[in-house]
Amino acid sequence: MRLAFAAGAVVGVLAPAVGFFLVQRRQSLVGDGIGHVAFAGVAAGILLGVSPVLTALVAAVIGGVTVELLRSRGRTAGDQALALVFYTGIALGVVLIARAGALNVNLFQYLFGSILTVTRSDLIVISALGAVGLVTVALLYRAFVGVVIDEEGARVAGVPIGSLNVALAALAAVTVALSMRVVGILLVAALMVLPVSAAGRIAWSMRSTLVLSILIGLASSLAGLTISYYADLPPGGTIVLVAAGVYVLALAGSALRGR
Amino acid sequence: MSLAVELKDVSFAYGPGRSVLENVHLALGQGEFVAVAGPNGGGKTTLVRIILGLERPSGGKALLWGEPAHRVSGRQALGYLAQRSEVGGDAPATVREVVSAGRLASGRLVGRLRREDRAHVDEAIVRVGLEPFADRPLRTLSGGMQQRAFIAKALAAQPSLLVLDEPTTGVDAESQESIAALLAGLHGELGVTIVYVSHEFGAVEQHVERLVLVRRTIVFDGPPHELPGLWHDPGHVHVPE
Repeated sequence: MRLAFAAGAVVGVLAPAVGFFLVQRRQSLVGDGIGHVAFAGVAAGILLGVSPVLTALVAAVIGGVTVELLRSRGRTAGDQALALVFYTGIALGVVLIARAGALNVNLFQYLFGSILTVTRSDLIVISALGAVGLVTVALLYRAFVGVVIDEEGARVAGVPIGSLNVALAALAAVTVALSMRVVGILLVAALMVLPVSAAGRIAWSMRSTLVLSILIGLASSLAGLTISYYADLPPGGTIVLVAAGVYVLALAGSALRGR
Repeated sequence: MSLAVELKDVSFAYGPGRSVLENVHLALGQGEFVAVAGPNGGGKTTLVRIILGLERPSGGKALLWGEPAHRVSGRQALGYLAQRSEVGGDAPATVREVVSAGRLASGRLVGRLRREDRAHVDEAIVRVGLEPFADRPLRTLSGGMQQRAFIAKALAAQPSLLVLDEPTTGVDAESQESIAALLAGLHGELGVTIVYVSHEFGAVEQHVERLVLVRRTIVFDGPPHELPGLWHDPGHVHVPE
């Protein structure tokens, strides 16, 4: 259980930290799309007999960067680019899983998370990737915020928008891959979006929104794990439901404050 | 006087038969304060995008400080206020956070703002008169004050050329006048080249040295007192075919 709490804490912090920028750029569903590509990666890992987390990470990065390149360089609208990668990923996953003969209960641990089976070596990988993700967010915070505030102005001034967008897509992919064991592919995007949406209701600046998002993500993760342990509920779903509850509370709080 | 912007026989079309600009010749000297106006659909925004190097002309040459505009080396010296500027996303960006974004290209991209960057941000906020509101979320301020914040963002980069596309859209008449006066003051104090683009000359007409009227091509280029009376409303510009 201690390993589960540690893994939950890493994901609870990183998912909203990266999700913050996606939400501000109105790309809330990118995490979901990348999750579906990660599913294809999991399937490829099972088929090839290598670590599904590793193949999911590779697939997620390729998927995330592809969505960004289709959106920015091609003539494809953002939602269509996402849909294209989204559906291709899930279809590829289904075909590969069937070929591997793995359409069974084991698949559920990737779709819905299996935090209670996290091992010490899993935790080392999750912590290392989480640390890299958080350091990247800290270093590029100002640049990402600058693009959110005025992308066209930044482009005119020569800020490398394309590289920053690709970096953000790759960060989102890493977050999805390492969150997979905690909340599962189907729910990972929720932990990237709900804490940020809740924080946006009560924050007073960009920086406070990010900090509150991380605190809400962390609290939801730890509270969800605790509740799921004592009530014998699935951890991933419980974590997301707690985050959704916090969003409702924040919404009510902001409505009351506005009166 | 060295030239900041030079357009030589520039034409632009979004496709066959969709010509937007034709035979545009324009030279803007360093330190000029110029208003560019014209009717909606007359090619103003395309002209701005060509000047900024965001679009390449279909014909002719567009130069910024003597270099091709689309690959000019000193982009960080370009300040740009886009049409209907507003902060993307839902998070409540404060005035200081918006203005700090102006140091992204001229300061460093990675890590925290340096002390000198913060000094430029503070100075820009003071210049536009938003010091008392520096830590307030932008969306709680009036339209005129929000535009001042975006002007401060552009100023924080210490631009040589400041281009404003319809900066007073959705702003009340009083704020339009104060923004025009603010720009005139900045021009006088800092010597920055200012290109003010709008569908009408409006409040800025009394402050600029030169008016440029665009309707597919340049139909007037001169001091305000030489502008034919009817053309003070650019919607009435009629060019002989």
